[in-house]
Amino acid sequence: MSKLVENIGEAIRKTGLKDGMTISFHHHMRNGDHVLNMVLEEVAKQGIKDITVNASSIFDVHEPIIDHIKNGVVTGIECNYMGSKVGHAICEGIMEKPVIFRTHGGRPSDMEKGTSHIDVAFIAAPTSDDMGNCTGKIGKSACGSIGYAFADAMNADKVVIVTDNLVPYPLTGASIPEVYADYVVAVDEIGDPKGIVSGTTKITRDPVGLRMAEYAARVIDASGLLKEGVSLQTGAGGATLAAAKFIKEIMLERGIVGSFGMGGITAYMVDMLEAGCFRSLIDVQCFDLDAVRSLRDDPRHMEVSATQYAGVSGKSAAVDSLDVVLLGATQVDVNFNVNVHTDSNGYIMGGSGGHSDTAAGSKLCIIIAPLTRARLPLVVDRALTISTPGKDVDVVVTQRGIAVNTRYGKNKELKEKLIAAHLPVCEIEDLKKKAEELSGVPASLPLSDRVVAKVLYRDGTEIDTIKAVK
Amino acid sequence: MEIKKSATAGTMESSDAFVMVSPADELITEINSVVYTQYGKAIEACVKETLASLGVTKGKVAVTDKGAIDCVIAARVETAVKRAGGEN
Repeated sequence: MSKLVENIGEAIRKTGLKDGMTISFHHHMRNGDHVLNMVLEEVAKQGIKDITVNASSIFDVHEPIIDHIKNGVVTGIECNYMGSKVGHAICEGIMEKPVIFRTHGGRPSDMEKGTSHIDVAFIAAPTSDDMGNCTGKIGKSACGSIGYAFADAMNADKVVIVTDNLVPYPLTGASIPEVYADYVVAVDEIGDPKGIVSGTTKITRDPVGLRMAEYAARVIDASGLLKEGVSLQTGAGGATLAAAKFIKEIMLERGIVGSFGMGGITAYMVDMLEAGCFRSLIDVQCFDLDAVRSLRDDPRHMEVSATQYAGVSGKSAAVDSLDVVLLGATQVDVNFNVNVHTDSNGYIMGGSGGHSDTAAGSKLCIIIAPLTRARLPLVVDRALTISTPGKDVDVVVTQRGIAVNTRYGKNKELKEKLIAAHLPVCEIEDLKKKAEELSGVPASLPLSDRVVAKVLYRDGTEIDTIKAVK
Repeated sequence: MEIKKSATAGTMESSDAFVMVSPADELITEINSVVYTQYGKAIEACVKETLASLGVTKGKVAVTDKGAIDCVIAARVETAVKRAGGEN
């Protein structure tokens, strides 16, 4: 027996894909992904319409989806993150049905709870055998972890593995086993490895970023959490990476060994593992090729599914054991709600990803962002989009002051500790005031009443909507 | 001050503004800004005020703003005008 089929077109025919169905994709190939575009092109060619695309993320490389929307091939998008190119088009109102935004934990959990049904999953696999045992750890398009694809493989009615490195059966050490695979397709290229490392993965040299990073490291230190067994997640932004560098220095100096580093894993987290700062790494996605190599070669570096990373449908998830997370924001409001979905002009340019999952699970959630960006104040009265609710945010670090969220009766002790550590603690309203003294008060945006996207919290409930830009 | 020749000041970096001035028979200001919706009026007022304080009554002043605050815009306008007037 073999599950090999000739090409993507034949795979689509065999799955029985019809008008009105939902197909899914994962985004470990990031901005180098070819699979989503290849599949949609073939779907369009076969005259199939009214398809909903459920992709863990939509990147700029997926721009061709805009034409598929205009032609009625794609009528729905569900994702956890959307880059600005497609996001811009969505905000101009090209699609009738609102986009559904989930979180990295909410997406697999909604599949497992049955509230999000996938008819056919297409899984980009850097290496697979002809029965569908597959992995991202090896192959010319190696992307490391394929953690977001596990739920798709386990829950979709039909599963198509798309690979550009077909190996003889059996592939040992596979991430997703053959039990879930219906068909396997070999193509020339599932992606461009250069696009995998598209994220910002350099430590900032900007003095503002370094100041914020230093404050964030001192906040963690003062909180008392930076001790034996500490666990940490940082983003891939320049300032959070710089914070990791300061934290690493403290850990090495005091001989602190943490339990795990988590997240989208970067070379910097790998460096901390290898320097002895952590006992392990928990990896749902690799941001660069050092992370890919480490996941492949180092048994302490563990691949996990998105459910295990951040879901709410399992009996626990790794975010529940997370001590500290460092996250970014485009806006924070006076109630500590964070926007990572829309830019200052109201256009979609991101999404929660694991933002609200890690904020909810961690003991200490720190938002790092500059007081102003291109004149616009970080702190506003009401975030344009609520991506992560304020109840899950503990501290906002800017270069001009640090606000502690003592609403909901929490963090009173933390605030005292930060003041005792001589950190520049202030109220969130002070950060707004300081920015407005420099910039002036911004005029509000004209937005229409038409909803172009709904934002679902990790438990599947709607926490906000995004309106079309006028 | 008179705008005798074309001159520029500033950069296209975020939080800066790039100002280009050139001779013209009347006063023309052109403003492009990444934060025009939020701060367009403030930027226009700042540019006009700076030009008035320098005694500029004619010339073309084009501002490409990348989110500069008022003091930066004023400084870039002033520098461009002074360069165009023969100062350096």
